[in-house]
Amino acid sequence: MILLENITKSYETGGNSMQVLKGIDLNIKSGELVSIMGSSGSGKSTLLNILGMLDNYDVGSYTLDGKLIKDLSEKKAAIYRSQFLGFVFQSFNLINFKTAWENVSLPLYYQKVPRSKRKELALQRLEEVGLLDWAEHLPSEMSGGQKQRVAIARALIADPKVILADEPTGALDSVTSMEVLDLLKKVNATGKTVIIVTHENEIAAETERIIRLKDGRIISS
Amino acid sequence: MDKDVLKEIVSVLVQNPMRTILSMIGVAWGIFMLVIMMAASSGLENGVKADIGNRAVNSGGVWSMFTSIPYKGFKKGRRFEMDMDDIQFLEESIQEIDVISPRCQAGGWQGGNNATYDNNTGSFNIYGETPGLVKIQPMNITQGRFINAADIKDERKVCSIGKKVFTTLFVKGENPIGKYIQINNVNVQVVGVIASMKEGDDSAEENESIFMPITAFQRTFNYGKAIGWFSVKSVDGYPISELQERIKAKLKIRKSIHPADQRAFGSWNMEEELADVNNLFASLKFISFSVGILALFAGIIGIGNIMLVSVTERTKEIGIRRALGAAPSVIIKQIISETLLITIVAGLLGIFFGVLVVELLNNALAGMGDSGSFRNPTVSFNVVFSSFLILIVAGVFTGLLPAYSAVRVKPIDALRKE
Repeated sequence: MILLENITKSYETGGNSMQVLKGIDLNIKSGELVSIMGSSGSGKSTLLNILGMLDNYDVGSYTLDGKLIKDLSEKKAAIYRSQFLGFVFQSFNLINFKTAWENVSLPLYYQKVPRSKRKELALQRLEEVGLLDWAEHLPSEMSGGQKQRVAIARALIADPKVILADEPTGALDSVTSMEVLDLLKKVNATGKTVIIVTHENEIAAETERIIRLKDGRIISS
Repeated sequence: MDKDVLKEIVSVLVQNPMRTILSMIGVAWGIFMLVIMMAASSGLENGVKADIGNRAVNSGGVWSMFTSIPYKGFKKGRRFEMDMDDIQFLEESIQEIDVISPRCQAGGWQGGNNATYDNNTGSFNIYGETPGLVKIQPMNITQGRFINAADIKDERKVCSIGKKVFTTLFVKGENPIGKYIQINNVNVQVVGVIASMKEGDDSAEENESIFMPITAFQRTFNYGKAIGWFSVKSVDGYPISELQERIKAKLKIRKSIHPADQRAFGSWNMEEELADVNNLFASLKFISFSVGILALFAGIIGIGNIMLVSVTERTKEIGIRRALGAAPSVIIKQIISETLLITIVAGLLGIFFGVLVVELLNNALAGMGDSGSFRNPTVSFNVVFSSFLILIVAGVFTGLLPAYSAVRVKPIDALRKE
């Protein structure tokens, strides 16, 4: 599903070039549940951003579901993102003036799905994450765990092939963390590839495969 | 723009209602000003044009002055008079003359009392006229009649009086027809009362006039056949200024005046007067429109400013939208649509209140009767429509800057922002 070959990436900071990724080779198969671990500065967020087409890379190649993802225009990236990827963020990134179901259905809005159909699908997803009763609530009325479940429902709405979760439990207590993780495992069980970036060993231990990064290189996978 | 997109835009705009409303006030105020100013200049124009009355547009007057070039043995500075024969000659020799009306005047402005009835006296303009005058300078005949051809032919000592003359000399309700008034101690019988159709000063002048048959006037006041000046109207479609030039040329030959003498005759005509008035109001309208449009631009710039702030504040929201599959063009479209929607709604409000105020003013003026030089202010549909178009175009351009600044931030940076 995901094939990375010799990916390098460097940032310019004040005239200095800092290489964040120093040649990443990685193969993630369809349906895998993978965690990416590393201390801060290891390059794990950069790697995730490249996987999510939110950032470009310098050298190498990234193939997603057989398509080469390189130097995409913003428009093309937006199309691929909505086709292949679902995002789950540490800080949830829900739009605070939209209700739960509106947040969940937003990706479909950009795929020009009519409103009534959007609502129907969004309610279905909310039911799957156990929040049907909260459909008309605003994010500000929800707990952190609930918000993250809404975010997962949103990531699933467009039926993507890969779910990218960036520290999905970083803002949650251990009990809700496990709930969210269970939910992600359930999602994985439906056949979707799930990639979780985390720095918590307990979370990583629950995944099938742990990819460890250090100083821009994979040290074990 | 479908309903779904509109809903999305409105959902964003109502997030900060105060800010949205305040920025709308700028544009609403601008277009309000535009409407009011255009209406004010049209009101002034209507007022001034009403002053002119419905005097025939192809009419004017010609009078004699002094020669300025020596000719055929005459010195320059010669004074000459026109008389009834000249008028007859002109009428016979120039086909394009529709009406020509010789006129004389006595008394009038700041003169002493010259008309008496019973114990009432007053100072009025005394005119010698022909029936043709009312074809050039229409007047309402409220009682009796204007002087007629028989009056001219028989040199009858009769007169039509202006309504101010009537109210000054007669008691209210008295029938003046058939009564004799004394004009410079000569008894003249009243045959009619007229009311001016003009407005303002011109109307006062007409209402304070006494019109006698010119023949009777000349005999009574010892004018012989001499006339003071004449009014003339060209046939429809023939320019009055051209007719006046031809008349002057003919009279110059008849009166032995050098053909190039420009000062021998004085003249005016409605054509030139209207052209002056029209020019004046064209520039006034242009100025009003420019100032209004500038006020509108100030409002639109305000909206652009607010949108820029709003977009900066919503960096994260926009980042989320892009991570979820919104292409940059979609975001740009959304920001421009937001700007446009605010602008259009504000513009419509401004137009609505502007037109409302103009209508209220109209009603108030209608209730006041004679409103002097300001009447019936209106805004033309074209003005409203074109300023609305300008508004829409400006709205799109104003939206461009914030829209591009919204997509300039990479989604990843936008998402990182807390």
